[in-house]
Amino acid sequence: MGLRVLAAMSGGVDSAVAAARIAEAGHDVTGVHLALSANPQSHRTGARGCCTIEDSRDARRAADVIGIPFYVWDMAERFQRDVIEDFVAEYAAGRTPNPCLRCNEKIKFAAVLDRALALGFDAVATGHHARLSDGVLSRSVDPAKDQSYVLGVLTREQLSHAIFPLGDSTKAEVREEAARRGLTVADKPDSHDICFIADGDTRGFLAQRLGAAEGPIVDQGGEVVGSHQGAHGFTVGQRKGLRIDRPAPDGRPRYVLSIEPVSNTVTVGPRSALEVTTITCGTPVWNGPAGRDDLTVQLRAHGEVYPCRFDETGDGLTIELGRPATGVAAGQAAVLYSGTTVIGSATIVSAA
Amino acid sequence: MLPEAIEAMTEQLKRPGNASSLHATGRRVRRVVEESRETIADALGARPSEVVFTSGGTEADNLAVKGFYWSRRPRRRVLVSAVEHHAVLDPAHWLGDAQDAHVELLEVDEHGRVHPETLRAAIERDPDDVALVSIMWANNEVGTVQPIHVLAAIAHDHGIPFHTDAVQAVGQVPVSFTGSGADALTLTGHKVGGPIGVGALLLARGVTPIPVLHGGGQERDVRSGTLDAPAIAGLAAAVATAVKEQEATARRLGALRDDLIRRVREAVPGVVLNGDPVDRLPGNVHFSFPGCEGDALLMLLDAKGVECSTGSACSAGVAQPSHVLLAMGADAAAARGSLRFSLGHTSTSDDVDRLIEVLPAAVERARRAGLG
Repeated sequence: MGLRVLAAMSGGVDSAVAAARIAEAGHDVTGVHLALSANPQSHRTGARGCCTIEDSRDARRAADVIGIPFYVWDMAERFQRDVIEDFVAEYAAGRTPNPCLRCNEKIKFAAVLDRALALGFDAVATGHHARLSDGVLSRSVDPAKDQSYVLGVLTREQLSHAIFPLGDSTKAEVREEAARRGLTVADKPDSHDICFIADGDTRGFLAQRLGAAEGPIVDQGGEVVGSHQGAHGFTVGQRKGLRIDRPAPDGRPRYVLSIEPVSNTVTVGPRSALEVTTITCGTPVWNGPAGRDDLTVQLRAHGEVYPCRFDETGDGLTIELGRPATGVAAGQAAVLYSGTTVIGSATIVSAA
Repeated sequence: MLPEAIEAMTEQLKRPGNASSLHATGRRVRRVVEESRETIADALGARPSEVVFTSGGTEADNLAVKGFYWSRRPRRRVLVSAVEHHAVLDPAHWLGDAQDAHVELLEVDEHGRVHPETLRAAIERDPDDVALVSIMWANNEVGTVQPIHVLAAIAHDHGIPFHTDAVQAVGQVPVSFTGSGADALTLTGHKVGGPIGVGALLLARGVTPIPVLHGGGQERDVRSGTLDAPAIAGLAAAVATAVKEQEATARRLGALRDDLIRRVREAVPGVVLNGDPVDRLPGNVHFSFPGCEGDALLMLLDAKGVECSTGSACSAGVAQPSHVLLAMGADAAAARGSLRFSLGHTSTSDDVDRLIEVLPAAVERARRAGLG
């Protein structure tokens, strides 16, 4: 007897193929599209996002082709509170959040999973590119599409109710399979950016919610070299858009080194000053096996991977990188891997 | 579809033609259309000339609401009940948004009834400015049947045209167009066991709304478009059959409905029956399940082979609390936790048994899942 599986269907090609595969494997599958906006038109128009009426229809059409029941669940309130408001608050606090990761942690594998379990489902399946076997999460065979990073925050309990049917396939294979199965979303463009920021203008989105507040841009010595319209418009490691008219004494480009929300100060400096080797994190989530061979850490989505070692402190984690990293922003997740297997994660608090 | 309707329609599908043509084929098709018109008029207490064929209920409602408003300019008040179907409500709101109309929603009581005094008081606030009144014969969600002839008479006291959407009523309760006193009445094929995509507006003689569709003027110059003779033949056969069998159907479904209501109340303590307890459609049962989300319950019942409906769905498929239940005074949570069980000519007591078998566990589970 198969499992009762809720397949989260965004309207994209990945989740459609994921649903088709588990249905074909003999499980009792129900497709659910998550409506994340109370007013869907206000989100991205076109076929790139995951929040439009068109996406909802694409998901329904795919479910019809697969031959599974399909429903729309209204998750707009939870999404607003746990993802959008969290996103704004994190920026206001000088940190750089990852909303996709937060959505997995708080919506797909929390609110949706809880509701699914209460309604008698055994698991939630998604079209994420990651492998999951016996509750152990590891990278997709397609390194360019691997999404284990944004799933690395899930607990063992959450992972025990998750199914990721695409981890052994490349994106190209998934598209080919979609076409073979007659799923019309086969050639739909990949989604990028942040689904709730329709025009991709994150700075404008934040300015609208947090307001403009002029503040100083200072160098490492504390000297004011420019001004800005709100510290929330900046991310550690950012080089473009600083609008400093005075060149640095050595003529080299300047980067955002840190953001101090209380004094609304942005500190800039040379690239060399961005390099860090010690990363301090909050309480870790251990969700993988005990093995500690070939340890690496990934510090942002689709980011570089660094060899590392780590020590657990009282209520956190200190990670020592094998070579320096640049642009490490507080608020992002540090996901630890042993080889290609995720062993745990923690939120970055500071780096030096 | 009723076998009579399928037969009448397929017979005509084999013999295409345009009822407006003058040649022999046209005459033959015209005869089918006119006989269908006579059949429908006869079944619903109207004159044949009062039957205006449309593409269905939505078009008929639009023609009545917009057409009466335009023909009654410069009057601006549009009075519609708060529990109308969107096919009446949305044209009315469009008139308000785009055509300077003053749309006033007539309040209903906790059972969804429009009280005659409510209509009278609304009209008398400024009778000379009222363009039209539209109140449905029976509600599609909660099944409440309105006292149409009383309401129509109040509108006529002031010379105001009265439209009623009787899509849900035809074949379920006795419907006489002349007896109701309404100036316009909407019906549609698929609600009487006929084809989808065909309906009619019964339009009293001498009443001329401005058309919504301009063109060949085929239907009394009020509605244009080549007539769909096969669909019209199917509609007529369905209306005739449904009306002929109305009394027997109402008796059978009414008994099934009362049994369903009694057994659901026993099986699930705390359920609330919505709609008028007495004056309701024989095939309609509508319950609120406190602590449940209707969507969750629907999904669980669907998985067990029981098909039912929640309120109206918005375009993205996100269930919104029903405007009908909200107008009846329900709060948003109660409105979201409601389901309609419709009984039709294929429903049997086995269906009720099946529902009672699976409902308590589904409610229990939906309650555990909470209100989302």
